[in-house]
Amino acid sequence: MNQATATATELPPPRVHQGAIGWMRASLFSSPLNTLLTLLVAWLLLMVIPAMVEWLFIRADFSATTAQECRASGGACWAFIVEKHRLILFGVYPYDEQWRPLLATIILIAIIVCSCMRRFWKPWLGLLWIAALTLVGILMWGGVFGLTHVENDRWGGLPLTLILATFGIAAAFPFGLLLALGRRSHMPAVKAVCVIYIELIRGVPLISLLFMSSVMLPLFLPEGFSIDKLLRAQIALIMFAAAYIAETVRGGLQAIPAGQYEGADSLGLSYWQQMRKIILPQALKVVIPPLVGIFISLFKDTSLVVIIGIFDLTQAAKTAVADAAWRGFSAEAYLFIAFIYFIFCFSISRYSQSLERHLQTGHQR
Amino acid sequence: MSEAIIRLENVNKWYGQFHVLRNINLNVAPSERIVICGPSGSGKSTMIRCINRLEEHQQGNIIVDGVELTNDLKQIEAIRRDVGMVFQHFNLFPHLTVLENLTLGPVWVLKKSKAEAEATAMKYLERVRIPDQALKYPGQLSGGQQQRVAIARSLCMSPKIMLFDEPTSALDPEMVKEVLDVMVRLAEESGMTMLCVTHEMGFARKVADRVIFMDKGEIIEENTPDAFFDNPQNERTKLFLSQILH
Repeated sequence: MNQATATATELPPPRVHQGAIGWMRASLFSSPLNTLLTLLVAWLLLMVIPAMVEWLFIRADFSATTAQECRASGGACWAFIVEKHRLILFGVYPYDEQWRPLLATIILIAIIVCSCMRRFWKPWLGLLWIAALTLVGILMWGGVFGLTHVENDRWGGLPLTLILATFGIAAAFPFGLLLALGRRSHMPAVKAVCVIYIELIRGVPLISLLFMSSVMLPLFLPEGFSIDKLLRAQIALIMFAAAYIAETVRGGLQAIPAGQYEGADSLGLSYWQQMRKIILPQALKVVIPPLVGIFISLFKDTSLVVIIGIFDLTQAAKTAVADAAWRGFSAEAYLFIAFIYFIFCFSISRYSQSLERHLQTGHQR
Repeated sequence: MSEAIIRLENVNKWYGQFHVLRNINLNVAPSERIVICGPSGSGKSTMIRCINRLEEHQQGNIIVDGVELTNDLKQIEAIRRDVGMVFQHFNLFPHLTVLENLTLGPVWVLKKSKAEAEATAMKYLERVRIPDQALKYPGQLSGGQQQRVAIARSLCMSPKIMLFDEPTSALDPEMVKEVLDVMVRLAEESGMTMLCVTHEMGFARKVADRVIFMDKGEIIEENTPDAFFDNPQNERTKLFLSQILH
């Protein structure tokens, strides 16, 4: 033994760098089948990419003033987006007042971005949120400070999508946490209520929830009493997302070893202290990836509110496409809103990855 | 024995049909140091886990520091404040730094200020000889260091009683001694009441006032360490000792 350790010299690890040709040989042409697949994919890319680039950029028209002019170019008609961008972004909000939803959107995005940064994780962040949301409300509704009043059935486009998603996530997350804890409760009544709620909501599609909230709910409410349509859609979204969040968080809770509860118990921490300080921080960290998946789908699911006649980003794009003077540019319109959705969803995803790295404390098994 | 700090009277417990604790009677005097040993599955861990209600007993009485253990959550929390516990697998909180692990209980349960809790924490980290690790996460420490942090975490609550549930059996052999040294010092310097489930017989001889041998849920034999090891009375004790002492 001693002799072996005395003579053992430190050897460098084997070289892994192999250069571009070595890499290609190893990963693209390692067998006849791989060579064939590589050639096939290369041929496909060669067919698709130049045509796409040509349509998207080279032959695209950015400045045409009429549809005919635009069509003649044979490429994408981005002039259509230039013409219709305000309708798509802000819906049927009064044209002259559209600086208000624009400002509201900027405020919303700013407060969300701030909340993502650790240096803003202070007690006053809550106050900042209240201030920001009040401001957004004043801008969107108006009726004070000389702003004309705008009914919320004229809201539309991006700000509406952002409002639905922000409030949806902000309310569904704590609600889902409580449901998850409730489902693991030792109190039979609490547990039963949570299980029934989660299973019922998860058992129906979001569309049917939205329909129920818009068509059936008014039937049950007393005469003359009505809840705003937008609010009903918002509640349906929250209820739906909360059930999924609850199950995801429950998965995280189950991943926490019993020893953590015992350690916390032995210090005399109360149930809520344990949850807040020990269990939830660890459980939520485990479920960041699926949780963010739910947030992203909630963001995209807001587009389903079109079916009850709310004018979100997707509905606004559909309306823009329907304009008789600019018929036939649906590809451009949908690409445009897809791009907007993508930017938001991709940002959420990237942020969650950085958060995961940040919360890593070297105990991952 | 009215002055006993822990009293177990006719305690019985079942896991389903399995009778895990049978008629346990035990009195522990303040500052007494007890080592509990016995074969695997003999109920020794279950017994000390009943003392701070990590396990619930079904019959009999357990009275800790004058308070009887019932289903009353407030009483359970009160007893847990006075009873520290060190686990086989440390049970440190991996998302918190060592210092945060140590200050969590004092700040949230004992309502101490953060500065005061940190000062106490550093004092105990010095005592377990790892003050330089205060800002690391538990995952970055060795098993022996983690267990010493766990001991310090319990001490930060200034408990009257310390329970040790096989504190060295999950450690690599070369780390057992550093943890035992800390425990020996604790026993010698603090006069703390200690109940320790362990098979470290050297430790038992050195610090224990009394050794308790359990088998199949019963206390079979109890005696001073010297008498227990040199002159065991019961056949099962003899068999057990012959197996662990080789």
